[in-house]
Amino acid sequence: MDWLGHFNYWVVIFLMMTGFYAVIARGNMVKIIIGLNIFQTSVFILFISAGKIIGASSPVLEKGVDLYSNPLPHVLILTAIVVGVATTAVGLALAVRVRENYGSIQDDQLTEEEDGEPNT
Amino acid sequence: MAVAVLRMRDLFAAVMLFAIYSLVSASLFAVLDAGDVALTEAAVGAGISTILMLVALSLAPRHEDRGRGRNLTALVVVLVTGATLVYATWDLPPFGAADNPIHQHVAPYYLEESYKDIGIPNVVASVLASYRSIDTLGEVYVIFTAGIGVMMLLGATRKRRRQPADEPIEGEEGE
Repeated sequence: MDWLGHFNYWVVIFLMMTGFYAVIARGNMVKIIIGLNIFQTSVFILFISAGKIIGASSPVLEKGVDLYSNPLPHVLILTAIVVGVATTAVGLALAVRVRENYGSIQDDQLTEEEDGEPNT
Repeated sequence: MAVAVLRMRDLFAAVMLFAIYSLVSASLFAVLDAGDVALTEAAVGAGISTILMLVALSLAPRHEDRGRGRNLTALVVVLVTGATLVYATWDLPPFGAADNPIHQHVAPYYLEESYKDIGIPNVVASVLASYRSIDTLGEVYVIFTAGIGVMMLLGATRKRRRQPADEPIEGEEGE
């Protein structure tokens, strides 16, 4: 059963690569931000699954429970989730701003416009 | 699920699917003993992110244009990176074993001493608010900076829009 012990990493890598593909291959800015979020979620899953111990309970102290999962990754990921939302907000604000100034949030359309006529 | 999100051309449907995806990952966190993280992900990932994206979509076109189709270079880059990472996982410790290196460092200290030090049973809360409170302070700074950034980005638009008075102002809402 050794290979099954790494299954969580493979799920993480699959999600991470999906998000990565969205970021580099998609032209739409909202789609890129969604891809970035999927990438982030994969990192969250990596940390949380690293902190899990099979048979342990969640790290809230109780009498009669000896084995707890590792609380440290939970703390780090709590911080990371909130920071991730802040990043999303700034990214979307940028996209909205680009749309207001240039009329599109598609990468290729923006490039065409830049090549065609100078836009203020 | 993630693949479905990315294949969806209708951005509204993509955002909705992304909310479901967040909820699914939140339940995954709950299964992995991270109750606090699951709550945060359900509230923040599935709630606030979705609202932010919907606000952005109300200001932007809803449909994604059909682009170049498949981007082969990107696919190759992604596959090579993924293969490298899978190769790297062979050096990582197996899932869920109690003697993994991550459980040997400060975590036992937190679990054994935090009740004596702080006096609340939730170890995650005591680590977040006490042992690593500087970290949390930094997080607040990040959110503050992001808020200022969003305000500058969206507020500056409105000011500039107002100056040429003859230009028609499209329906725009703040964030």
